[in-house]
Amino acid sequence: MSKPRGLIAHTWSGLKKDPLGMAGFVLVSFILLLTILAPWLAPYDPLDVNVHNRLSGPSAAHWLGTDQLGRDILSRVLYGGQVALKVSLVAISVAMAIGLLLGMLAGLGPRWLDRVLVIGFDTVRSFPTIMFALAIVALTGPSLNTVIGVIIITSIPVYARVVRTQTRALRQRDFILAERAMGASTGRILRDHVLPNIAAPLFILASMDVPAVVGMEAGLSFLGLGVSPPTPSWGSILNDGYSYLRNSPWPIIAGGIPLIAVTLGFTFFGESLRDIFDPKLRGKDR
Amino acid sequence: MTAPVLDIRGLSISYGTEAGALKALRDVDLEVGEGSIIGIVGESGCGKSTLISAIIRLLAPNAQIVQGAVNFKGRDLLGLSSEQMRALRGDEISMVFQDPMTSLNPTLTIGRQMSDVQHRSTVSRSEKNACSVMMLERVGIPDPEAQLKRYPHHLSGGMRQRVAIAMALMAEPSLLIADEPTTALDATLEVQIIHRLKELQREFGCSILFISHHLGVIAELCEEVIVMYAGEVVESGPLREVFIDPKHPYTRKLLECDPARIAEPTRELPVIEGSLPNLVNLPDGCIFKDRCSKAEARCGIEPPKMSGDGHRAACHLLDHFQETSP
Repeated sequence: MSKPRGLIAHTWSGLKKDPLGMAGFVLVSFILLLTILAPWLAPYDPLDVNVHNRLSGPSAAHWLGTDQLGRDILSRVLYGGQVALKVSLVAISVAMAIGLLLGMLAGLGPRWLDRVLVIGFDTVRSFPTIMFALAIVALTGPSLNTVIGVIIITSIPVYARVVRTQTRALRQRDFILAERAMGASTGRILRDHVLPNIAAPLFILASMDVPAVVGMEAGLSFLGLGVSPPTPSWGSILNDGYSYLRNSPWPIIAGGIPLIAVTLGFTFFGESLRDIFDPKLRGKDR
Repeated sequence: MTAPVLDIRGLSISYGTEAGALKALRDVDLEVGEGSIIGIVGESGCGKSTLISAIIRLLAPNAQIVQGAVNFKGRDLLGLSSEQMRALRGDEISMVFQDPMTSLNPTLTIGRQMSDVQHRSTVSRSEKNACSVMMLERVGIPDPEAQLKRYPHHLSGGMRQRVAIAMALMAEPSLLIADEPTTALDATLEVQIIHRLKELQREFGCSILFISHHLGVIAELCEEVIVMYAGEVVESGPLREVFIDPKHPYTRKLLECDPARIAEPTRELPVIEGSLPNLVNLPDGCIFKDRCSKAEARCGIEPPKMSGDGHRAACHLLDHFQETSP
């Protein structure tokens, strides 16, 4: 019999065997570190305008050049990362919590409740996200909170459906019946027996969801529906750069690379996590 | 016999299906005396599982209790609220399941699950762990302290079933329901588990309702046996009498089919011809008449009643037998 291993040790040894997953993990940690340390790392104030030095290429003073108002792009990208991080952290955790609750209700509750909730999930999912965001913004005006709200509403069904399916599969299992026969209440069964069994797929889903959320925030900000200027966001940096593409490619490159890095990093990391925790799915979707 | 721990009278349960009401249990009587081990034997689909689900009140949502009473230590279980019922489960009544590979939560350690079972007790975590260790030791698990930190997949099937038994006995229940607890284990383990169960029953003084389709296991463990067929009790009585002198043709055939009883080498194992009757549209008369080689005209008209004292059976041929040999 092997010695029981901790969760972290198990994850770490799995990552060591998967170079792509390790690369993803390193990339993710690197981006997180840069973003969190943005106030100390950024060489300039991201809002500092210097019209004399506009749209310059990379130099010793401005590593990624400057934008159309002469703002330092590196500083803006770093601060833009904070917006992306804040949106994905808040939106995903809230969507996951609500999705968890609704999914368990649908999975363990009476059949009519399940039907009602599933119809609700499908209705929300059938809306095109951007159209939905446009409609909400038309009502409330562009703001970061609107972006977060839209992402939460459209992400809840994603989590809820996974939780519902897993819960339904679990409730057929003998150990849940055994717990009932031992007098466990429904709350205890959900907390102690369903939750640990669905935690792994949920976290894998969340890590794969980060790029989608970051991309959505960038997209909405690009369209002018997200953060209001002059707050830097990767999307608004892209939008600024897009208008001046003929003058300088640097804003586009600087705004695009972090998006690509986040997508690749979290996808590789997420896939590796999935392989570690659910060997049955190994090799699918590749 | 002292007052029974469990006393089931005239219990009938139907499942609502698209074809109509499936009468899974019909007029079942069952008595489990204090400190006794009762075996229930019967083929798949005879209503064993429905019966135990009814006792612990965890019936499928489409099941309906048509009539009858389930008395547990003088309380009618069917009349209890779901909260009152939940208070009994895992305390006064507990259960061991068929497949130890699936009846433990794969994501929690043995220790965590053992202390979870003690959720009603208010003692500290370390005291709960001490209880778990003691219990694991009693069911014969070596090095119990080390096992607490292990996960179910670290243990073998036999070990897991011992853990499941330890969990079931944790609260020192008055009634332990064992639903084919040895079916998923291999033969040598089966004997070990059976002997352990018998020892534990003596130590704890609980009653055991033991469900199995393995006649050998029933013979090894039980004092009394109840034979079920298609949702009815067809024969019941002290183990020796039922096994040595079976009265119901079904019991007789069931015993003939036990591979342990076959004396001469044969290519074909004996079977009971035919299949279970349709429980949605019940045939008239005796439930077993289509598969019975001795069926008479009146077997098709009138359902037989349980008769006899102590050793009882439901068969018309029984009266015949009693008439001819006074």
